[in-house]
Amino acid sequence: IIVGVPLWWRTTETYRAWLPVSQINELSNLQLQLSAEVEVVFARGTVTPEQQKKVPLTQIQDEEHTVDEDTALRYRYETKYRTATIMEEDALNQPTAAEADLSLHTLSESPCGSLVVYVIPESSSLLPEDMDVYVGQRRTALLRIGAQMRVGKTLDQLLAHLEPRIKQVLQVMSFSHTDISAALSDRVRLSPGNKESIADSMRTFKSSPGYEITFSLLNPDPKSHRLHWDIEGAVQTYIQPLLTKLASVANFSIDSQTLYYAMLGVNPRFDSSLSAYTLHSDSLAHVINPVEARLGSNAASSNPVLNFLLYVPDAHHSPLYIHDRKKQEVPSNAFHSPRWGGIMVYNVNGFYGPEAVFPVDVNINMAKVMGVFLAQLRLLLGVQSSTAPSGFLVAPCGSNGLADWELDRLMWSRSVENVATATTTITSLAQLLEQIGNIVINDNIAEQVSSAVTSLQLAVAELETGNLRFALQYSKEAILASERAFFDPSLLHLLYFPDDQKFAIYIPLFLPMCVPILLSLLKIVSDARQKRREKQAKKD
Amino acid sequence: MSLTGSTRRFSPLVPQENAGQFFSSGHTNNWAVLVCTSRFWFNYRHVANTLSVYRSVKRLGIPDSHIVLMLADDMACNHRNPKPATVFSHKNMELNVYGDDVEVDYRGYEVTVENFLRVLTGRLPPSTPRSKRLLSDDRSNILIYLTGHGGNGFLKFQDSEEISNVELADAFEQMWQKRRYNELLFIIDTCQGASMYERFYSPNLMALASSQVGEDSLSHQPDLAIGVHLMDRYTFYLLEFLEDIHPSSKANMNDLFKVCPKSQCVSTPGHRTDLFLRDPGSALITDFFGSVRKVEITMETINLTEPIHSFR
Repeated sequence: IIVGVPLWWRTTETYRAWLPVSQINELSNLQLQLSAEVEVVFARGTVTPEQQKKVPLTQIQDEEHTVDEDTALRYRYETKYRTATIMEEDALNQPTAAEADLSLHTLSESPCGSLVVYVIPESSSLLPEDMDVYVGQRRTALLRIGAQMRVGKTLDQLLAHLEPRIKQVLQVMSFSHTDISAALSDRVRLSPGNKESIADSMRTFKSSPGYEITFSLLNPDPKSHRLHWDIEGAVQTYIQPLLTKLASVANFSIDSQTLYYAMLGVNPRFDSSLSAYTLHSDSLAHVINPVEARLGSNAASSNPVLNFLLYVPDAHHSPLYIHDRKKQEVPSNAFHSPRWGGIMVYNVNGFYGPEAVFPVDVNINMAKVMGVFLAQLRLLLGVQSSTAPSGFLVAPCGSNGLADWELDRLMWSRSVENVATATTTITSLAQLLEQIGNIVINDNIAEQVSSAVTSLQLAVAELETGNLRFALQYSKEAILASERAFFDPSLLHLLYFPDDQKFAIYIPLFLPMCVPILLSLLKIVSDARQKRREKQAKKD
Repeated sequence: MSLTGSTRRFSPLVPQENAGQFFSSGHTNNWAVLVCTSRFWFNYRHVANTLSVYRSVKRLGIPDSHIVLMLADDMACNHRNPKPATVFSHKNMELNVYGDDVEVDYRGYEVTVENFLRVLTGRLPPSTPRSKRLLSDDRSNILIYLTGHGGNGFLKFQDSEEISNVELADAFEQMWQKRRYNELLFIIDTCQGASMYERFYSPNLMALASSQVGEDSLSHQPDLAIGVHLMDRYTFYLLEFLEDIHPSSKANMNDLFKVCPKSQCVSTPGHRTDLFLRDPGSALITDFFGSVRKVEITMETINLTEPIHSFR
């Protein structure tokens, strides 16, 4: 027994490498702090000379939110006030806000995750009458002081007047509580906020290390139309700049294809008043499925796929317009499906007359097409911000299709989403491994888990200090490691042994052995008792 | 080469209209995992069951890339099949459910408990191709259909192993932990099928079974030319019900529960909805069996001008 039992125990034990369980339990209680830096610069005419002397000051504000019993958020806004330099004043003297933005950008570039707000006097002509705030293409905003500040007031009153506007700017350009709580949806199943945010969260693809984008040209009528599209050039010119800018968020791989004889699957109705064919928005939902079967995808990767389809209607059904619910024509002639992609209908009947010889060569205007696809891509990736508050004038996104502050916004929500997902993955993995004693935990899994825990701790720390780029990087590493650990093929629990089955295995082995042992033990005991009785009897 | 002037036309999204249609269910895509757990010629009906559900699901819109089909696939080209390359579901041989475009993802001896659990939990080796994976996310509705020989608390896989209801419940819980489904519909057509969903404990699961514990599920009708029973009763009437469903149908789950009453099925079909958060009457059949996509009109475009070449 002394030798056998330990030997039996060791040989039937499952190998379980050590996991940092205490650290994992700490992580299950997530206290996230997001820090944003704002620099508020007062231009000439906004502060009096006495106030100017007091102005260089820094304020720190904390806002606490408790999301649920395991998750708490704290937003820290560090606001630095100062007056503008001569060069900045020159830059602000430009005729339009866009030019002012450009020249301010050439002076200095704000680091990722921070903002600069220039406060301009009420008399400034940079903004139109009804707008108070101009949000630029990079990380600057122009804020015009309201009328009530015209007469000199104290610095505190000025700051108090500006504070709500600056808060709004921060919510538009950095992060807002709705965005961050939506990003936490993996951890916390929130009750529906408002319809807009639900639609946003359903539409955006979840955070993933890579995405695949496929552009498809659908030509149902090759006999009539010979279509030429310079997809490579168009992708290089219009789409690639956006994707390069998003390189820190995810990897993208792009492919394209042409499908012939691919029909839409719904019959468009002929509208004689427009002498055109129309597709009503209700029938759009049924367009995607018949096409999807033919689209194909890259067999090698498991990344989510974004499909962008360009449909050129056949000659008999041209022109084809999409109508919305109010029977109005849609200017973009395109629609998109959440977490799938977009479809655009491109009419070519205007390129040739009735006497044309078929097939007609058609060169597709890629700028128009890519304008729509780029907008849809922005929506699907979560870049497009919800409608700005009143009085805000938002500059159009820059030449790469993405403003700097939009990138920052995306990085904030992606970091939080990654951290939330990685923490739930790791904690549920730890719970699972604890509950099921029969799973083997190999060394590589333990390594992945430890590295995930380290990356998570680093990511949370970087978010606290406001280093957005590093926070995103660490959060991505944490996700990769945690997913690799959770989905490791060796973690399969096939060893479901209910207790009665365990008995059923051991009893046939041990019972026959135990019977003679037990019987002989009984015999020994009864013999010993007999001997003692005899001794007693002898004594007496 | 650079772009000049990109202006953005701002037309506000019409929030009520677009967001309103998102509320009927919270899913954006559909998946189906259809498993036939038997092999050998005399289990013809199980393959026919699975293939019939496969056809319905495809007809209603779920593409092959979103269907994981696990079959022993030894019926159509079996030596004993008098009509090779066909699998019929009705004795008048009206419908060849095998057809031309059946895409079987796991065939023959690959249909094992291990592979089934790996597909569900996602723990597949990295070399597994995309078509063999269940790449669902937190907004996927999944339909899982199992058929074969079963008993009280277990389902037999290919005459050599079994899956127990505890393992199945644990697999679903792991799927829930990793948010691999939004809602899951589980249909099982075996003897004593109701025992398989007894142990479920994860939220948003709805289950249907063809018979209660202690009852056997019976087959529908034999075909004298082919020589075996062609389909099981429950799936036969389920198929009849599904034939009336088209992609824009508004039939809901309560109608599904009424399929195959005891008079037709001889066994008593059962269902379980206590874990399902929505009311079954508000869940459409096409939420699980079809793939009706939500669409939004693209309101905004980005005005891109042609690039201007700069002089050298």
